[in-house]
Amino acid sequence: MEYLPDFKVVRPATVQQAVAAYAAHADARYIAGGTDLMVNVRRGIVAPQTLIDIGGVAEITAIDAQQNGGVRIGAGVTLNELAAHGLIAKEYPAIAEAARQVAAPTHRQVATVGGNLCLDTRCLYYNQSEWWRVSNNYCLKNKGEVCHVAPSGSRCFAAFSGDLAPALMVFDAEVEISGPNGVRSLPLSEMYNDDGAAHLKLEKGEMLTAVIIKSGDGWRSGYAKARVRGSIDFPLAGVAIALKRQGDRLSDIRVAFTGTNSYPVMLRKTEGLLQGPFDVDALTALLPKQITPMPSTFYPPGYRRKVAANLTRALARRLFEES
Amino acid sequence: MSKSMLRLNLNGQNGEYAVADNMLLIDFLREVAHLTGTKMGCDGGECGACTVLIDGRPQLSCLTLAASCAGRHVETVEGCAQGGRLSRLQRAFNEKLGSQCGYCTPGMIMAAEGLLRTNPHPTDSETQEALGGNICRCTGYVKIIESVRAAASGEPL
Repeated sequence: MEYLPDFKVVRPATVQQAVAAYAAHADARYIAGGTDLMVNVRRGIVAPQTLIDIGGVAEITAIDAQQNGGVRIGAGVTLNELAAHGLIAKEYPAIAEAARQVAAPTHRQVATVGGNLCLDTRCLYYNQSEWWRVSNNYCLKNKGEVCHVAPSGSRCFAAFSGDLAPALMVFDAEVEISGPNGVRSLPLSEMYNDDGAAHLKLEKGEMLTAVIIKSGDGWRSGYAKARVRGSIDFPLAGVAIALKRQGDRLSDIRVAFTGTNSYPVMLRKTEGLLQGPFDVDALTALLPKQITPMPSTFYPPGYRRKVAANLTRALARRLFEES
Repeated sequence: MSKSMLRLNLNGQNGEYAVADNMLLIDFLREVAHLTGTKMGCDGGECGACTVLIDGRPQLSCLTLAASCAGRHVETVEGCAQGGRLSRLQRAFNEKLGSQCGYCTPGMIMAAEGLLRTNPHPTDSETQEALGGNICRCTGYVKIIESVRAAASGEPL
């Protein structure tokens, strides 16, 4: 029988109670579905003394259409609920497709929107058992001094692997965050650092409570990912695209990636794609400088670069033709 | 170690147990309730061998804390047979050779049971989707899908 490290579980009923409970306990972590955190606790990667279980916080479990046409999605909404929601499936296919492609149905039953956005970064030197990691002298992200992915460098290259972030980012998502200093909101794309060891810009004690997306009106969107096991895996590369077509041109396009860098990347310099007839090669030509996978998975970076470009090409073509 | 009283309904029986905060549902089922049908496979939510039903929905008992099941209905493979007679789904796995070494079978059966309750006549692709988180290391997937198809059909087994 394998025991977990000793910890205490606190079960608040409101966001306010959750934030207060975090402040009242040393070395606390928030936990919702637990499909990411519990694995890391079991592997001895993290050993919090207190878990603040926010599964019972009812106020963060709703999906509400906004007056201005957008949608407010509670951070506690499960991925199965999100994928099955009528308005999301109809107006925001990229989000429903991304939610449906996270792990397996048993995970999605409990895994939440907030958990997927705050997913820990992943690396083949990090997501391993204690004996595996100790025999490798640990790594920069966890108890060690060297990033085995790039030993001569000074940063961690673990990859952000949440599927929802790019799909929400192409709809200009904002996140609402509660913490010891009150409530604040910021664009989702600004919640992340380009650092695998500290990829979230959340202050101590802060928790995500909601994501607000703009109206999906007029946008055609989708999500595509490549993974080792088609039924369950994290992305080797994932891409979300939202575009608007006008004749043979694009009138707007937004493209975001996951699984390739230490943060979800919103593709820059897409303005040029709006000049002249839509040219998918001009789109994929933007990738090499911005989409930069490192050897953090069993599949080599070259494969992930190619697969990111091919997914982008196929998805952009499909969305353009369907428009 | 922080402990609390856990009240839950386990395979149709209400029970009350003193459970540590850090006890996983799978450890509770196997070590406290002595229901060893539920198997630990991969250690990290990747294989589905530990799948049980919580309020009728398939979930992974290796990632679920026992204490979070307070007030809920938990069902394991031991709860399928009634009065010593295997359920139709279990008999289908037996008749259609859906079980080889048998280690993944309890998880497969519970994932399939969860599917058939909400969707009594699934297509093969719906079955594949529902069992997508369950690995059969003998790779007997064809027979597993056939077993679920047989259970869902009205035909005599």
